[in-house]
Amino acid sequence: MKPHTLSVLVENKPGVLSRVTGLFSRRGFNIESLAVGTCEEPDMSRITIVLIGDDAKVEQVMKQLHKLIDVIKVSDLTENERVERELALIKVNAEPGTSRAEVMQIASIFRAQIIDVGAKSVILQIIGDTEKIDALEKLLRQYGVRELVRTGRIGILRGSKTVSGSK
Amino acid sequence: MKTGAKILVESLQREGVDILFGYPGGVVLPIYDELYDSPLKHLLVRHEQAAAHAADGYARASGKVGACLATSGPGACNLVTGIATAYMDSVPIVAITGQVPTNLLGNDAFQESDITGITMPVTKHNYLVKSASDLSRVIREAFYIAGTGRPGPVLVDIPKDVSTGLAKDIPLPEKVTLRGYNPTYKGHKRQIDKAVELIEHAERPLIYAGGGIISSNASAELIQLATSCGIPVTTTLMGIGCIPCDHPLNLGMLGMHGTEYANFAVTESDLLIAIGARFDDRVTGKIDTFAPHATIVHIDIDPAEIGKNKRVDVPIVGDVKAVLQDMLAILKKNAMYEPWIKKIRHWRQHHPLRIKDDGRLHPQQIVRALSDLVKGEAVIVSEVGQNQMWTAQHFCFHHPRTWITSGGLGTMGYGFPAAMGAHFARPDVPVFDIAGDGSIQMNIQEMGTVAANRIPVKVAILNNMYLGMVRQWQELFFDRRYSYTELPPVDFVKIANAYGIDGIRVDTPDEVLPALKASLACDGPFVMDFRIEREENVFPMVPAGAAINEMIGGHPRT
Repeated sequence: MKPHTLSVLVENKPGVLSRVTGLFSRRGFNIESLAVGTCEEPDMSRITIVLIGDDAKVEQVMKQLHKLIDVIKVSDLTENERVERELALIKVNAEPGTSRAEVMQIASIFRAQIIDVGAKSVILQIIGDTEKIDALEKLLRQYGVRELVRTGRIGILRGSKTVSGSK
Repeated sequence: MKTGAKILVESLQREGVDILFGYPGGVVLPIYDELYDSPLKHLLVRHEQAAAHAADGYARASGKVGACLATSGPGACNLVTGIATAYMDSVPIVAITGQVPTNLLGNDAFQESDITGITMPVTKHNYLVKSASDLSRVIREAFYIAGTGRPGPVLVDIPKDVSTGLAKDIPLPEKVTLRGYNPTYKGHKRQIDKAVELIEHAERPLIYAGGGIISSNASAELIQLATSCGIPVTTTLMGIGCIPCDHPLNLGMLGMHGTEYANFAVTESDLLIAIGARFDDRVTGKIDTFAPHATIVHIDIDPAEIGKNKRVDVPIVGDVKAVLQDMLAILKKNAMYEPWIKKIRHWRQHHPLRIKDDGRLHPQQIVRALSDLVKGEAVIVSEVGQNQMWTAQHFCFHHPRTWITSGGLGTMGYGFPAAMGAHFARPDVPVFDIAGDGSIQMNIQEMGTVAANRIPVKVAILNNMYLGMVRQWQELFFDRRYSYTELPPVDFVKIANAYGIDGIRVDTPDEVLPALKASLACDGPFVMDFRIEREENVFPMVPAGAAINEMIGGHPRT
């Protein structure tokens, strides 16, 4: 059982997202993360789904997704050389004085940006793979994470290869 | 410029709809007004569920796409069981529903329900039409999606202001192109070669024939494949009719209530050729012990069915008919499996389906009497439960599309309305609904429909005053604790008479044939109330979770 990153090209129409997520819940597949946005084709969207399952289960998910009329293409990025990124915004306690300095130091080690500074907290923005964000979150927890927002993972193939194209 | 309602009705005609099963209501008033003087025939049912089942029965009997119509909210919700039934059995229907006007959508308006949301898991696809100018394209796509690839139900939800709205009637291109929908029809050449090679080298091959053969109209090809090499065939519940029951190579149904010899053959086969079937749990029993010695070839149009329940060795994705034709073209024709056929013949002789002849009224006798009487020239529809299994076991079907039953969903109440629909597809033959006293009461209101329209459906109620199949399980697995499965006696003839339908009550074996003949002699609907042995069971039977060769109620293994 390993995480798979599926890139799903869909028609940009109302209801498509609920068709996709509904399929996952009713067939008992768990979504680890989900990211949706427009893509290079104006009338299509790309949904990136991370799920954990054995190969047979992931293959079944892909086939079921493929059956949806509004799904144009399903690819498993995990099979290929790829780049994956996620963005997180973390609001962490940072009282002026020692803890603020420490938080800022950690941020700089992780190449996270400080995008807002409040009286008692700062907001960090970090971009990276899932493990990097997990590691940062773990380190910041001792200072008190007030709020954490993650975009979910997105991915793209390395080189000039693309996943787009017709079914 | 035309109204959406007019565009809808004209589009339905253009798609070849010759009958629409429906029930009116508030937001479909504009559509019904258009139907008032349209040549498109409409049958008024007594409950929307029946409209969906009738469209389904019509589709299964004709091979065409069935159509039904209901209003928003409760009307649409009442279609859901029928849509789910069609979905599970891959039956092409298009369900049209009315919806509240677009400006009220999402406001919990009167009789609003999110029917596209509700039916998402049980439709092949669905549409909420937002503009009258989209209607003709959507209807074209809906029928195309329903009837092609692996068939299935499609729902089209039409808000009231869309059916009253005006749009130009733009001519549509003949061919539908959907970039996300391109079913594979032609099987992979190398895989087909591999399958044929396996057939030529097998010693104990068996064809496991499913409903896909019927949807693909591939009975002739299947029979040719079986006979050219002498490969025995077992059919699923949905595959019944794809090969005549009395064909020497037909072993009957497999699975939970299959014949012993079919299940033995599966267990001992060395090559299982699954065609248009999906390894359902009612067929396979304990999946690990299903066809344990066999190399498995699986032919199906839906790639998602391949490897879903059982690992297969040679998957072939494609239309069953096209794949079988390709196989036949390269297959060397000679019967090669004499020892295997002999073994099966031995099982068949020593493990026949049992039928009692003790002077009491047994349901199997009734089914056989009907079978002998109509000789395959009838459409037989069933409800769900014991009535369904007795019919599947004992009726001798000669043609595809003459056996209509709810297999996947197992919908009680399906049979009677589906039989009404089947009549419109096959007015040339008698249509029987084999029912139980439980199932018939789930859609008994349709007596109103068949009476008002003189639809000559013959209803044979195998009345045991029990929910028989559940009672059977309670007897076998719950210590005879008959928890809420006993039904009080109902005088079905009186109910029929109240609707203006003739009927007859049958208590003894001698009365069976005269009653069946009387039903055929009647030119309208007819109800037969057969008071059968109350605790008759369906045997043989594979207990849930057991291997399919471990049957109870069979014969001692020889």
